[in-house]
Amino acid sequence: MKKWECVVCGFIYDEEEGLPEEGIEPGTKWEDVPEDWVCPDCGVGKEDFEMIEI
Amino acid sequence: MNPIVVIGSGLAGFNTVKEFRKLDKETPVVVLTADDGRNYSKPMLSTGFTKEKSADDLAMASPEQVAEQFNVTVRTGVHVAGIDTDRRRVLLPDDHLDYSALVLALGADTWTPPLDGDAVGEVFSVNDLMDYGRFRQALEGNKSVTILGGGLIGCEFANDLSNGGFQVSLVEPLGRCLPMLLPEAASAAVGRGLESLGVTFHFGPLAKAVHHNRNGQGLVTELSDGTHLESDVVLSAIGLRPRIDLAKDAGLRTNRGILTDRTLRTSAPDVYALGDCAEVEGHVLPYVLPLMAGARALAKTLAGEATPVSYGVMPVTIKTPACPVVVCPPPEELEGEWDVQADGNDVQALFRDQEGALRGYALTGEAVKEKLKLNKELPALMP
Repeated sequence: MKKWECVVCGFIYDEEEGLPEEGIEPGTKWEDVPEDWVCPDCGVGKEDFEMIEI
Repeated sequence: MNPIVVIGSGLAGFNTVKEFRKLDKETPVVVLTADDGRNYSKPMLSTGFTKEKSADDLAMASPEQVAEQFNVTVRTGVHVAGIDTDRRRVLLPDDHLDYSALVLALGADTWTPPLDGDAVGEVFSVNDLMDYGRFRQALEGNKSVTILGGGLIGCEFANDLSNGGFQVSLVEPLGRCLPMLLPEAASAAVGRGLESLGVTFHFGPLAKAVHHNRNGQGLVTELSDGTHLESDVVLSAIGLRPRIDLAKDAGLRTNRGILTDRTLRTSAPDVYALGDCAEVEGHVLPYVLPLMAGARALAKTLAGEATPVSYGVMPVTIKTPACPVVVCPPPEELEGEWDVQADGNDVQALFRDQEGALRGYALTGEAVKEKLKLNKELPALMP
């Protein structure tokens, strides 16, 4: 499981946790997050996220 | 065909270009910027010490890379002298540029009240990547920073600089952290969080003057209550003002910001404004979420399909990891009350109107997890 960070605001999408409140189940891999999904904190698209190691 | 001209290379300008290029790959676009034209994210400027990132690290692309990536022309270091809206022309110091459409993505200026003292010129504000680079340089080899202002930027920098090992003193005349955004219990939680990192607060007094220390080392900030704060560096983070002068001088309608309708059109034909400089149907929202909504709508409008911008719920995340904050401020002048539940630094404050409907919230600590649930209960800001 990986984590992805929004390069604009620093929001972190954690594959392990998903985003259940937005209908993204825990364990959802980044590539399976819908393409039109946007960062809940700043609204940028998936292309503005980078994989990070924590 | 004359190009679309975008003034400003911040998030508003570059994201408009990026979204536009998804819809139109041909129309020429020229970006004019007074800055060095590197693409960066402004919110990251207040997390640079925590993440150990220099100005160069925070630059995601050079202007040349941006130009290639989006097939646009980027002209850096250009100070626009004026706009002739009748001729659809941007006036440059010794040149001009005719536009088919003009986008004002000018941003906001930092604002510092007048200060006395012989070191006023050494007070920093960090409003863009170039400022950030100079600020980092000034901090090299130093240990202490006085921050003027305990709003969003002041608190974020207090947290970030503390993480970077600096001794931080913060001056806030309104008596608490984030006084314009949070109810008192939530402010107190943020204050305790920052104090746990070693931040020292001076709540109540104003900064009056900044002098060079007589011993030749660093600066002295003089407060209205007579306190003298010694530090190596002083950072002003008091306020932001939308940049409206260029628009105003060109005869565009302005108020707090450059006035636009829902399609981000200003009062002049084919001139648009978005981001921190714009006042969209009365809303001045200097945050990334509304800016991105604006960039997407404006891109469609510029591509030929007039598209009004919608603002959903617009929560603001404040990057104070010592006590995380998410706030969705209630509409100004709305009558109502805060209902506050506090457990240590975990505060959930809900603002309800007189009918009992949820109209805003402030969450700190662990309570920030309630954000998405509460967002569903809130009405959209501008549906």
